[in-house]
Amino acid sequence: MQNIQDLEKILNSELNAKIKSSLIKHNQIYLKIDEVDLTEVILFLKINSKTKFRQLIDITAVDFPENEIRFKLVYLLLSHEFNQRIIIEIEVKEKEIVDSITSIFPAANWMEREVFDMYGIDFKDHPDLRRILTDYGFEGHPLRKDFPLTGHNEVRYSHETKKVIYEPVKLEQNYRNFDYESPWEGTKYIKEQTKE
Amino acid sequence: MAKETKTLNLNFGPQHPAAHGVLRLILQLDGEIVEKADPHIGLLHRGTEKLIENKTYTQAVPYFDRLDYVAPMNQEHAFALAIEKILKIEVPIRAQYIRVMFCEIGRILSHILNVTTQAMDVGALTPTLWGFEEREILMGFYEKVSGSRLHANYFRAGGVHQDLPKGLDKEIGKFCERFPKIINDLELLLTDNRIFKQRNVDIGVVSKQDALDYSFSGVMLRGSGVPWDLRKSQPYDCYEQFEFKIPVGKNGDCYDRYLCRIEEMKESVNIINQCLANLPVGPIKTDDGKISPPPKKEIKQSMEALIHHFKLYTEGYRVDKDEIYTAVEAPKGEFGVYLISDGSSKPYKCKIRAPGFSHLQAMDYLIKGHMLADVPAVLGSMDIVFGEVDR
Repeated sequence: MQNIQDLEKILNSELNAKIKSSLIKHNQIYLKIDEVDLTEVILFLKINSKTKFRQLIDITAVDFPENEIRFKLVYLLLSHEFNQRIIIEIEVKEKEIVDSITSIFPAANWMEREVFDMYGIDFKDHPDLRRILTDYGFEGHPLRKDFPLTGHNEVRYSHETKKVIYEPVKLEQNYRNFDYESPWEGTKYIKEQTKE
Repeated sequence: MAKETKTLNLNFGPQHPAAHGVLRLILQLDGEIVEKADPHIGLLHRGTEKLIENKTYTQAVPYFDRLDYVAPMNQEHAFALAIEKILKIEVPIRAQYIRVMFCEIGRILSHILNVTTQAMDVGALTPTLWGFEEREILMGFYEKVSGSRLHANYFRAGGVHQDLPKGLDKEIGKFCERFPKIINDLELLLTDNRIFKQRNVDIGVVSKQDALDYSFSGVMLRGSGVPWDLRKSQPYDCYEQFEFKIPVGKNGDCYDRYLCRIEEMKESVNIINQCLANLPVGPIKTDDGKISPPPKKEIKQSMEALIHHFKLYTEGYRVDKDEIYTAVEAPKGEFGVYLISDGSSKPYKCKIRAPGFSHLQAMDYLIKGHMLADVPAVLGSMDIVFGEVDR
């Protein structure tokens, strides 16, 4: 088995210009790269005989609404030969279009569709970019932090029209989000003070 | 004179008994040959990941039971491991043994369901009846240890919720003595059965390369001859201490996957036996009062315990700012949790990597050129459960 430190060195020497930062944590490599280098880096990791990251485990995004560059796209890869995992991160602005990696990994098809569905990130050259998990005709992107937990619409069967109808969500009691953090150590201004 | 032909579009499901849940499969047929399959999923989407972001770490555990609901504890395991790695908690050895034991029970639960329903999909009813009798007993073990047959909510970061009740280890031991005979009975019914073989051999063949490209894991990968099992290659908890074999298929067809599952059940019984033989005594969860709640008895006497109890069940414990991906070998394949914590008591992001999602994605590739009647056979051997595919 190849050592994780060696692997990091190989990556840094062969891809040096493309890597923004690399880090070993929890026995995994965390790689930050630029969005334009994405397909190149992933293709390199897949076919290079020293890395052999032959399997795409998952693609997901993270939403940071307060950041200027709102989204972080995360690609998880696994190398069976060397028994290593790598986590690749790129930063994506809202409405920015990212290159699809379906031509490298066919498995990326649904994963990118899911990211599109949940976060509204578009992919270039994706063969079939449709919503995947949400309802037909759904609006909005549920995993964005500004999407309400209760959603916008609810469905029910209407006896009058004899079919299922959509209505705006009407709750008997609104969703309550209690702040249980201790008023002594949990409040924001104290947290900021202790950090300084 | 050439006859005019027309392809037929067929809607398979969402309410079809052989779809194993709510799958809407749009099939393009040329006569009886499938030309294209377009699975529409998401009919069971409950927004698990969104919900978890709004719950404390303790409150998030039950959502994992509801993913792959035929092997609930295996999923909880991935989540518990993720938190433990971030918080660097040592899990007591007894807790690790109990967790491994129940994960293997979960594996048997899932494989019984899959093998027998796969048989039912191709026309054999008896295995289902025999298998479900055993599942009932296993779910009895779940109930005895956690209070519920399915949605156990039993694993915690730092251990398990409570110790095994008295005598349960003996009962599980008895089951392990009896169960190999049941597997044998199932095998007598199926393994050399002419009809079962006709329906499964050389159906849905996956090559090694395609299995890797399509992100297959678990039996779907091993059935194609890739000896990869996270329990061996990236052992978690105390899996290193057990001796077990990894069954690997040869041809990558539905029949090989069936054989792998049968062999895996035998190995699981083997692991459970080893657990029972060496079950250590000691605590079942970490003694860190900031993470695991105090025992009921102490709450009545100790002020500190009372405060801990109150804080843990209102605010919950906080998890340091970190980012991690942990995976376990769930019965269906690699089940992973990608967790981002921000120092509060709720996860900032929790992406669930379900094995079934990637497997179902390959449906179009697997079924192309097969007959319509092979659709349930292929679907059955992929071991799809919509709880985890749709999340």
